[in-house]
Amino acid sequence: MATLEIRDLHVSVEAENGPREILRGVDLTVKQGETHAIMGPNGSGKSTLAYSLAGHPKYTVTGGEVLLDGEDVLAMSVDERARAGVFLAMQYPVEVPGVSVSNFLRTAATAVRGEAPKLRLWVKEVKEAMAGLQMDPAFAERNVNEGFSGGEKKRHEILQLELLKPKIAILDETDSGLDVDALRVVSEGINRVRESGEVGTLLVTHYTRILRYIKPDHVHVFAAGRIVESGGAELADKLENEGYESYVKGGASE
Amino acid sequence: MADVNTPSGSTTAGSIEVGTAGAGAQLAGPGTGRATVKQPIDARVSVKPSFDVNDFPVPHGREEDWRFTPLHRLGGLHDGTAAEAVRGEDKVDLGLPEGVSASLVGRDDERIGKAGKPVDRVAAQAFSSFEQALVVTVPKETVLTEPVRIDVHAEGGVRFAHVVIDVKPFAEAVVVINHTGTGTRAANVELLVGDGAKLTFVSVQDWDRDAVHASQHTALVGRDASFKSVVVTFGGDLVRIHPRVSYAAPGGEAELFGLYFADAGQHLEHRLVIDHDTPHCRSNVAYKGALQGQDAHAVWVGDVLIRAAAEGTDTYELNRNLVLTDGARVDSIPNLEIETGEIAGAGHASATGRFDDEQLFYLQARGIPADEARRLVVRGFFAELVQQIGVAEIQDRLMEKIEAELEETVA
Repeated sequence: MATLEIRDLHVSVEAENGPREILRGVDLTVKQGETHAIMGPNGSGKSTLAYSLAGHPKYTVTGGEVLLDGEDVLAMSVDERARAGVFLAMQYPVEVPGVSVSNFLRTAATAVRGEAPKLRLWVKEVKEAMAGLQMDPAFAERNVNEGFSGGEKKRHEILQLELLKPKIAILDETDSGLDVDALRVVSEGINRVRESGEVGTLLVTHYTRILRYIKPDHVHVFAAGRIVESGGAELADKLENEGYESYVKGGASE
Repeated sequence: MADVNTPSGSTTAGSIEVGTAGAGAQLAGPGTGRATVKQPIDARVSVKPSFDVNDFPVPHGREEDWRFTPLHRLGGLHDGTAAEAVRGEDKVDLGLPEGVSASLVGRDDERIGKAGKPVDRVAAQAFSSFEQALVVTVPKETVLTEPVRIDVHAEGGVRFAHVVIDVKPFAEAVVVINHTGTGTRAANVELLVGDGAKLTFVSVQDWDRDAVHASQHTALVGRDASFKSVVVTFGGDLVRIHPRVSYAAPGGEAELFGLYFADAGQHLEHRLVIDHDTPHCRSNVAYKGALQGQDAHAVWVGDVLIRAAAEGTDTYELNRNLVLTDGARVDSIPNLEIETGEIAGAGHASATGRFDDEQLFYLQARGIPADEARRLVVRGFFAELVQQIGVAEIQDRLMEKIEAELEETVA
């Protein structure tokens, strides 16, 4: 069973006046089949956690370790992490002009699966996944994220999640900027992947809204660069009612 | 103007100025925010077109049409020294489909000089110094099913060349000039597209790394004729290609496509002039370039002039550049001058962007290794344009060349 272990993770970014520590000792274990919600106020470092796990070059790991089934994730390049089974659905996916969605998806699937998927099966697979996310087939011929609306970008991220079938899915504020209908469609996509039981999900979010569609097994409150409280789904209800005030008071939140 | 050697991209698009109908060059003056009346495009070139090199002063680099060109790397083509240097040899191999004739003629042949005159000193030097011109004629109403092939392999030294492609009325032809080898070369190519004729002219600069090549392509497009120019520049130390189009009669159409890939230290310059002086003609320009490596430099200047008489003109020009690494530089300058409001359409766009760290991260985060990610982006960038060439054999070859360039990509 795939397990992601994060132990005492410290991460800094380069700021104007030298390195600034954002993550200050994160401990978390995510197992296949589990869904963990990471919730916290803006600036608490939860997106930094997501991008650090994927290996974004902006973030420097200054301490701790991240293991996927015992393998040292931090020693891997960005693409090696993805091929090992770590997937990050991004909050702000970038445009890649000149590269069509269909070409991109096939190239990614070939890289992650280690061989090119059989064309006929692949076309069917993509078509079904797109239908499930209520995406127009014409979408496949557009350039990656070019001129996509916010909702289209998020559907495209979840489409990749469905096709690449990672061991660990990190969803960075996938709910932000979505209207209720789009949120439901995107959540259903995420749930289809979760129901396979083969993915461990790390759901990073500011709002509890998405948790009405995706029921977490564990909820963690993130503040000032570390997890300050963990609980079950009921912790989300508490946050819904009380907000983050009790966690940020006197904390180092921006 | 997109002048990029920083991580940020730059874009200009679509803005045009339209003068009052029939008002001539009224693009400036009181109320327009401009102090002086702008001269027509060709007036910015310092000297009138001429066949005689002595009519042009030696450029020093401050001139508008020379300011981007590193003159010291031109091998003396601009200052007369090349004309006195040892002449080199070309190996020329012609592939002539049935019905096409080719001959070598002297400069007094009446077919020479009909498309237009040299507009700068290097082109005039080529005209003043060439020994024999190659004239390729596609007879009236002859529709070719395979390309005319002109393979030029230069073997060092200085060469001055003159080529005339004469496509007679209602003929249809694809002509491909392929340049390989090395040397210092100045040339003029005249393209005569007869009434109702169709010509696709492809010029590939696949030089060795140290070659120097300056060439003026002068096209004269006949009544209801179609001209397509495809300029592909990969090789050379300094390459400066200057396609020019004018229209002999109404109804003409010109498409100018270009593709270049500048590696470290290369200077690849493409300057285009489309002179709409005739009503109801069309032009469409699309040039795309990629750059990689220290001091890779691409220059693109697209001048389109719509004269007062050219009512019903429809024109668009586009230049896109993709900067793959630090240290490369792009100068991209679209110019559109319009002296009549009675046009069908006019526009331009120029954009220079980087293959940036965020794009790389995104593709890598989907398991795609860095070098493959770069290939994916560049291939897609060029494929869009290559598909418009319309000659399958050339399209395939170009994509292969692009793949080969990408193999050399600095990581």
